[in-house]
Amino acid sequence: MSSPEFSAGEAPAEKVTEVSGTGIPVRGNDIDTDQIIPARFMKVVTFDGLGQFSFFDQRFDDDDNEKDHPFNEEQYRGANVLVVNANFGCGSSREHAPQALMRWGIDAVVGESFAEIFAGNCLALGVPTVTADQDDIEALQDYVEANPDAEVDIDVAAETITYGDTVIDAEVHDAQRKALVEGVWDTTALMGANEGAVRETARSLPYVPDEHVSGDEA
Amino acid sequence: MSEGTLYDKVWDRHTVTRLPTGQDQLFVGLHLVHEVTSPQAFGMLKERGQEVAFPERTHATVDHIVPTGNRDRPYRDDAAESMMAELEENVRGSGIDFSDPDSGNQGIVHVIGPEQGLTQPGMTIVCGDSHTSTHGAFGALAFGIGTSQIRDVLATGCVAMEKQKVRKIEVTGELGEGVTAKDIILTIIGKLGTDGGVGYVYEYAGEAIEDLGMEGRMSICNMSIEGGARAGYVNPDETTYEWLQETDAFENDPEEFERLKPYWESIRTDDDAEYDDVVTIDGSAIEPTVTWGTTPGQTAGITEPIPDPDDLPEEDRDTARRAQKHMRVEPGDTMEGYDIDVAFLGSCTNARLKDLREAAAFVEGREVDDDVRAMVVPGSQRVRDAAEAEGLDEVFKQAGFDWREPGCSMCLGMNDDQLEGDEASASSSNRNFVGRQGSKDGRTVLMSPIMVAAAAVTGKVTDVREMEEVATV
Repeated sequence: MSSPEFSAGEAPAEKVTEVSGTGIPVRGNDIDTDQIIPARFMKVVTFDGLGQFSFFDQRFDDDDNEKDHPFNEEQYRGANVLVVNANFGCGSSREHAPQALMRWGIDAVVGESFAEIFAGNCLALGVPTVTADQDDIEALQDYVEANPDAEVDIDVAAETITYGDTVIDAEVHDAQRKALVEGVWDTTALMGANEGAVRETARSLPYVPDEHVSGDEA
Repeated sequence: MSEGTLYDKVWDRHTVTRLPTGQDQLFVGLHLVHEVTSPQAFGMLKERGQEVAFPERTHATVDHIVPTGNRDRPYRDDAAESMMAELEENVRGSGIDFSDPDSGNQGIVHVIGPEQGLTQPGMTIVCGDSHTSTHGAFGALAFGIGTSQIRDVLATGCVAMEKQKVRKIEVTGELGEGVTAKDIILTIIGKLGTDGGVGYVYEYAGEAIEDLGMEGRMSICNMSIEGGARAGYVNPDETTYEWLQETDAFENDPEEFERLKPYWESIRTDDDAEYDDVVTIDGSAIEPTVTWGTTPGQTAGITEPIPDPDDLPEEDRDTARRAQKHMRVEPGDTMEGYDIDVAFLGSCTNARLKDLREAAAFVEGREVDDDVRAMVVPGSQRVRDAAEAEGLDEVFKQAGFDWREPGCSMCLGMNDDQLEGDEASASSSNRNFVGRQGSKDGRTVLMSPIMVAAAAVTGKVTDVREMEEVATV
């Protein structure tokens, strides 16, 4: 069986140059993907409706009573900038984690550091993961707590976060910044354009039989 | 930047082009698919009117939600049934091989790839599962991807990635009695931290690694991601080749084996390779190691005291305090004697035949503690069949273990196998996150299979070296 031609499916990515809105702080290092969305909510075949399960076990006790958690607090309803600490999103590769956050309303995540797969999954959704120093992040979390209605502006291109009178030097990883600012984060479209080169690379690999590669006659 | 490592060579061989983002477009040699992270990707593909580009380089199985008890269709759990049906629908007529339960080849994706010989040195391997790093044990470059990237691979046979740094982790010396690969990796993560590997790929080397069989190497590479490293690998050697020769891919095709061997040899790290970082660990000093907290980096040797959070680096203190409260442990104590309610022997980290043999050899003639619910979940149907042919199932059952069908099971509690309430589990799996095993009050202590066996018998975390007749296989 020969491989089909890559069809020209296109879903052009939007440019994400800045994100503005109110903030929501979720404090703590090493917040893993099982906390962001417990595995039992992944028994679904679409990502629709995952937003309500964000941080579910941190937000509700066994009897479904609300616990103290920013995602339960009225003052943060409508917030779209999530502010976290170090190694956020560690653990599994489940895209359900950023999908849940995005569907809850999060458009950007700012933190001290991120687990790699999580950051990559965010990028695939056009959600920036922006890093800054621990002191700056903690100050921003304090500010957002005290001023839940105040606007936080993330400039992805200039790598800054602005709130009140403060401007923080932030960092957006090079490839991520380029992908977001230029609107080339839809890697399926980007890579699909190189079909010939893909087949050439595949053919050059000793372990890939020719019949797995040739799409010419398709 | 690193130079001359296996990582550099495999990366170069698979690079299609440099993308405008600065990322490299890498060809994927093997794409493994399971039921939880793929349905949305197949959905996105259909939305865009695209087909699977390289179906023969794709292989599917079902592991995360599959029941490990009654497997009659439809599954009693509607959600599980619909995910299974969705996967069947997606692979039907696509040209994708499917190791489904009727094939006798079903199992945890990171167990079946290596056992069928799908996993080979010098390949790029991806799967929508972070423990894809397992396949690095064969000298493959293997890493977990998210669902949008699964769409990328289905549609184009490629992933977009940036090259990372390479850290060599050299484990010297010989392991002591009762010490296994699991103890090595728990020690590594304990030393380097759960985010110590972010931005790195780990090359595991040194005498203690070379002495391991493929199962042990897989256990180590499997947990690379728990240390923050998306991929980890061991250079292929005679141990690797012996395993490969017995797989479906080569057992009847020695010519193909000989044809590919020069490629495998060529991608081994050069003697004068340069690394971005080198860490050396004394393997002979490692003791049976367990977790005391709620991240895989919160570990201690079985005779070592649980640390006082105040003595830890500032950034680790809060996490440690919360973890100790959740686990109900005190600084200064050791984990030895910690009461457990459940013993779980399974997962992509430790559910291969050798793991079961070692645990069974220990369990034989002993009995599971009256207060412990103990289960063995083989990693695949082939592991199950091989274990049953040796009578291991009878050994476990006679001791009081539940012998179950293959799947991810209680590692992540997506089927009926879950902790209840605040049960404590001695577990051979890979994550002790709060809620990981299905109950948000559940408590997980990670350890090697033989330590799980010892805990099952005594009802508490136990230094296996202090039990009589420590078995080695």
